[in-house]
Amino acid sequence: MSPEHWTRPSRPDDRDRLADTAVPAATSATPTREQVIAGLRATSEGGADLVQLLTPEGQRVSHPDFDIDITDEQLRGMYRDMVLVRRADREGNALQRQGQLGIWVPLLGQEAAQIGAGRAMRPQDMAFPSYREHGVAWCRGIDPTELLGIFRGTDHGSWDPNETGMSLYTIVIGNQCVNATGYAMGQKFEGKVGNSGDDPASNEATMVFFGDGATSQGDVHEGMVWASVYDAPVVFFCQNNQWAISEPTERQSRVPLYERAKGYGFPGIRVDGNDVLATLAVSQWAMNEARQGNGPLLIEAFTYRMDAHTTSDDATRYRLDDELEAWKLKDPIERLRAHLLREELADQEFFDRVDSEADELAARFREFCVNMPEPPPERMFSAVYAEESPVVAAQREDYLNYLAGFADSGHDTEGSVR
Amino acid sequence: MAAPTMESTGSSTTPTQTITIAKGLNNALRNAMERDPKVLVMGEDVGKLGGVFRVTDGLQKDFGEHRVLDTPLAESGIIGTAIGLAMRGFRPVCEIQFDGFIFPGFDQIVSQLSKMHYRSQGKVKVPLVIRVPFGGGIGAVEHHSESPESLFAHVAGLKVVSCSNPVDAYWMLQQAIDSDDPVLFFEPKRRYWEKAELDPTAEHLPLVSSAVLRTGSDVTVATYGPMVKTCMDAATAAEEDGNDVEVVDLRSLSPLDLGPVAESVRRTGRLVVVSESPPESSVTSEVATRIQQECFYSLEAPVLRVNGFDTPYPPSKLEEGYLPDLDRVLDAVDRSLAY
Ligand SMILES: Cc1ncc(C[n+]2csc(CCOP(=O)(O)OP(=O)(O)O)c2C)c(N)n1
Ligand SMILES: [Mg+2]
Repeated sequence: MSPEHWTRPSRPDDRDRLADTAVPAATSATPTREQVIAGLRATSEGGADLVQLLTPEGQRVSHPDFDIDITDEQLRGMYRDMVLVRRADREGNALQRQGQLGIWVPLLGQEAAQIGAGRAMRPQDMAFPSYREHGVAWCRGIDPTELLGIFRGTDHGSWDPNETGMSLYTIVIGNQCVNATGYAMGQKFEGKVGNSGDDPASNEATMVFFGDGATSQGDVHEGMVWASVYDAPVVFFCQNNQWAISEPTERQSRVPLYERAKGYGFPGIRVDGNDVLATLAVSQWAMNEARQGNGPLLIEAFTYRMDAHTTSDDATRYRLDDELEAWKLKDPIERLRAHLLREELADQEFFDRVDSEADELAARFREFCVNMPEPPPERMFSAVYAEESPVVAAQREDYLNYLAGFADSGHDTEGSVR
Repeated sequence: MAAPTMESTGSSTTPTQTITIAKGLNNALRNAMERDPKVLVMGEDVGKLGGVFRVTDGLQKDFGEHRVLDTPLAESGIIGTAIGLAMRGFRPVCEIQFDGFIFPGFDQIVSQLSKMHYRSQGKVKVPLVIRVPFGGGIGAVEHHSESPESLFAHVAGLKVVSCSNPVDAYWMLQQAIDSDDPVLFFEPKRRYWEKAELDPTAEHLPLVSSAVLRTGSDVTVATYGPMVKTCMDAATAAEEDGNDVEVVDLRSLSPLDLGPVAESVRRTGRLVVVSESPPESSVTSEVATRIQQECFYSLEAPVLRVNGFDTPYPPSKLEEGYLPDLDRVLDAVDRSLAY
């Protein structure tokens, strides 16, 4: 389908609308233009085009283009999702500090962006993550314990991408964007897109996750070019958490990232990535568009990396503390909690129950981590090829014999020429 | 091959100091930038953060943002723009954050960087250095522990070198920056914090030269980068078994300076070549082939190799088995002697 067929919603004057509703966060930390350009601070306001359905205070506001019908049950469900995912994430940090993990990549602050996007996906859809997508994994039914092997060093990802509808984590920045586009092209080539009559529920789409820094990579650009040329049913979901390790988004782009979509000829929307409701609404809309054959689309979830880049990083070297303080006021979980309380959609018993569930998850997560078996040495040589390679097989035999030599005490000096 | 002659520079009067490899590299960059205003440092997080390994620490503060560039996150862009800057007369030093992230820049390296001088018949020089922290042993996640040096050694037009200690780090990086050829500069990341005494006025070898670090009469071990320390430790351990091991640090992987290795093998009759990289079609294959050609009648045993395996780099809990260690080097030394 050609770009003329987009169903981009008409938008009234956003500026006026947001003027009444958006409450600025701590003004003391609002960056000046000069500070932003000097890389001292990241931008903290999403601007007039930011789609928001919950204010930082948890007040429900309406949006003419992106409203959402959601049950109280679903709202509570997303609160639970975010609390549990954050709890596992904090436990990941703690486990690293205690030497149980080599590294942990925190998602702190990005729960709403990931749960909002993840809950917009259906089982037959496909997710292509980068490495911080613990919340998306959760929504794909991947137990948080399945993430541990990557960070403990026992595997490169233990879930089955085909069964879960989520590819493995991708560490090389941007790589997954072209892969996701190709996968989406496949969904289209197989007729899983744009079916109306009989079975619209069988339509599929792909969602690919990447960061603000990643937008500079050629692979991301090429993914967008391919997606637009083949009208691929892919939603590019960019979590702009304001930082790529030590570099603020201004080092990657002159224009707000969502505006880049225009250049490729598809819609780009900036959503408040700390507002789970808005993120869900925009993501559902985008995924439906893609499933109906109106893809690709770009969503920029405007959010904040509240922790260091990883447990190996020291963020105090490059950003100011009060920036974090400002973003704490926009905390995605507090926001939904305030909303649930304000509207009396949940009582104390609910919050207590979620908290104790989080405690249980954390305990199970920790228990699982410290008891993970070490991978056997053969694992090093397994599955390098679909058909076993004689070279690898010979190296495996040599190596296992070599190890056995230690068991019999004394070195094996016979071995073949390695 | 003639023994390389020593170079000396009287440029610095700093007294002898204890430095790490990271500090040696940092000092080298600082010296090069002070000497030549055309030297630039560019890469991801090299400015305010000082690089994830702090090798560029303090450089942006002292030389400014126009000389130490926190670039957008794209390796093809980093290397491609550095090529353009070099064509314009600059001498860029690019940092690739980890070995496994050089590949988005591979096209620029192979298609443009390596061939520019040849295609222009020497009219265009591309004096570019690409610094790459490489190798494993740090318990990292995927793509952070690879040894891709052989891929580059295979490409004509590139110099590929690797330092193994703070003193070489200091001199070799400055020599690489001074070179009018593009240089891939592989840094042994797990040895960044190893210390040594640096006398900045001392003599030092030219960039393209290997060095005998330890003399011995029974077996020659040739290696480079992070494996140099492993092999030196193995040589010390071999003494206990009464084996006298000579260790050669190759330093330059392309071109190779095999003179000292051949000279050594003519005395010992045995050679073990060690590196972390997968063995197939690697720098170690090249060394083995050429030494058996050059020293066929001196060899008492086949040239043996100790490498990683021909598998992707494994999850870090398995890396201890993947990486050659003291025991695997000794095992090869024993097998060579027992042949
Ligand atoms: C090709 C490549 N280059 C460099 C890196 C090192 N690196 C890891 S994360 C990162 C920053 C990524 O920033 P962004 O895309 O904004 O994602 P975030 O980490 O903020 O989620 C960098 C430079 C990498 N993983 N891959
Ligand atoms: Mg980011």
